[in-house]
Amino acid sequence: MAKRTLGFIEIDQERCKGCGLCIDACPVNVIKFSEEFNSKGYHPAEYIGEGCIACQFCYYMCPDVCITVYKYKTPALSK
Amino acid sequence: MGEKIMVKGTEAIGEAAIRAGCKVYFGYPITPQSELTEYMSRRMPQEGRVFLQAESEVATVNMMYGASSVGVRVMTSTSSPGFSLMQEGISYMANARLPAVFVDVVRGGPGLGDIQPSQGDYFQVVKGGGHGDYRLPVYSPSSLQEAVELTIHAFDVADKYRTPVVIFADGMLGQMMEPVEFPDPVDPSTLPSKDDWALTGARGRKARYVTSFDIDPYKLEQMNLVLQETYKKIEAEEKKWEEFMTDDAEIIFVAHGTVGRIVKSTVKMAREKGIKAGLFRPISLYPFPYERLAELAEKVDIVMTVEMSAGQMLEDVKLAVMGRAETPFYGRLAGVIPTPAEILEAMMKEIRR
Amino acid sequence: MSEQVKDAILLASMPKALNGKEFTYCPGCHHGIVHRLVAELIDEFGLREKTLLVAPVGCSVFAYEFFDVDGTVAPHGRALAVATGMKRAKPEMFVLTYQGDGDLAAIGTAETIHAANRGERVTTVFINNAVYGMTGGQMAPTTLLGMKTTTSPYGRDPKREGYPIHMMEIMRALPGVAYAERVKVSRPQDVPKAKMAIKKAFYAQLLDVGFGIVEVLSTCPTNWGMDPVEASRWLEENMVKEFPLGVYVDKVTEVMKEKGVK
Repeated sequence: MAKRTLGFIEIDQERCKGCGLCIDACPVNVIKFSEEFNSKGYHPAEYIGEGCIACQFCYYMCPDVCITVYKYKTPALSK
Repeated sequence: MGEKIMVKGTEAIGEAAIRAGCKVYFGYPITPQSELTEYMSRRMPQEGRVFLQAESEVATVNMMYGASSVGVRVMTSTSSPGFSLMQEGISYMANARLPAVFVDVVRGGPGLGDIQPSQGDYFQVVKGGGHGDYRLPVYSPSSLQEAVELTIHAFDVADKYRTPVVIFADGMLGQMMEPVEFPDPVDPSTLPSKDDWALTGARGRKARYVTSFDIDPYKLEQMNLVLQETYKKIEAEEKKWEEFMTDDAEIIFVAHGTVGRIVKSTVKMAREKGIKAGLFRPISLYPFPYERLAELAEKVDIVMTVEMSAGQMLEDVKLAVMGRAETPFYGRLAGVIPTPAEILEAMMKEIRR
Repeated sequence: MSEQVKDAILLASMPKALNGKEFTYCPGCHHGIVHRLVAELIDEFGLREKTLLVAPVGCSVFAYEFFDVDGTVAPHGRALAVATGMKRAKPEMFVLTYQGDGDLAAIGTAETIHAANRGERVTTVFINNAVYGMTGGQMAPTTLLGMKTTTSPYGRDPKREGYPIHMMEIMRALPGVAYAERVKVSRPQDVPKAKMAIKKAFYAQLLDVGFGIVEVLSTCPTNWGMDPVEASRWLEENMVKEFPLGVYVDKVTEVMKEKGVK
């Protein structure tokens, strides 16, 4: 099924404390915990790369202001 | 210079503060200084200044913290139990380096005590009633004219060194009426600028903060060292005292505030009896004029301290005298005012010994 | 600028009023969310140069380090007295206090009630997480009945420890209060609502109506012994019952309408 990707997010993974609130908030489940550790020892949040609907819920919930949200001028469709 | 007016102590101090450019007054009613609060509630709005009766002395001192942090001259007046409530805020202001003037009209204690004059808060006021390594400049006037001058001076000292300053008064001073000459009001444009540290809003500069806190002990130590340096300067430059008939004295009294005034009468009475008495009257209780008192102690056998307390300034006297002379003490407690005659009698007992 | 960014519009990023310093809060602590909302509003209203922030004693004792505005830290509980002093001395400034539940509703209760009662033109953001966070999770005035904390190890018992205190309900009794609302930020949908509440509390000061306060029910994952997502669920299941959300005082909305502001 084609996934709509209306935007994308950038996560400052060094700033992230791995709290998981963005992952819980994302309505399209496009954020996950990274396998890697950051230098604080957390598994930071990571955008899977597609499917973001630019709803900003992750930005709303991030208590460390790690996330920047962009909306594509023209939405992308991907498999 | 102004005209001489007959005025009550509390009001004289209030008016002096206004002339010094006090912009904001916060206070709470407490005997024996409520008239000062009432006076300010009338006069401050007349001068376009700010008056607010706070809900407690705890709130008062914190309001002062706020007003001082934005760079205005602020004061309060209170009495012993109220001053006790202010200690936390004063400690914060000391380390945050916030100028302010506190007038403490001391009354009998401890506890609720009574409403009569006392000097029993010397330890609290002079040695620091709040927590931490800080000192406060403290001035003890013995007349209303002196109270007026010291109140104005207190604002200048507060601003110069960025510290709270206390006027150590007592109920007698607060209630007495004397003729006083008020100086002309200070021209606000001549007051020192506080733009280099006050919270004036981060316009055209980096944001700044005022704090008494650092979680890093090495940084907090640096903050403390700044205070210690300041106190060294204060000790070098701000000592004040009066000497009365000390040149040829064989016995020297030490007394401050209104007791200093009473002891002057005792000195005169002693002289009439042929006893060469003199008075050393500290006016700045911190910084205490140790050096001069030490010099005087060289020349006499007795340095007799008189206080309305159980002997608090006595300890500073002993520190100054350092065994050069005997250091007897006479005092009355809990709001009882000694008379010149009873002090004389106590002195006679010491001489006879 | 990456290829992606060139084709996109920026929707949300770190507000300017935050200076970028990493927050010292625990993972998932709601302090960070609320700090961001306050910063967004400071940006939107253009208040950077007029704001004076009074931080409390509590986890947010360092709050002034994160915001690009002048600030101070008050003794525990005394932020509203400090704010009163600032605002009375310099009424043209925008004075903001940010306080926890122990600070505002235990040791600072008198200062809170009296500043509200006087209708002080200051704005208070009140974080209620039902414990004393910074000191390790002791019972707070807003701790729920039955809730175990490090000083109520048997669970809060009304006979021994009294009841949780409801500050917004108390604000209703004080005529000086212009705006009082209780919100939460445990779900994304709550966040814009919380921001609007804080915005109205800002307007209470900016439009000279009276005292403005927003109580934000918040999690303390560390001291509640839960992970951040669990803590948000716990808040929703337990705290909202005890502390009903909603507007308790609103004299601001009509003034906003009159002045034509949103």
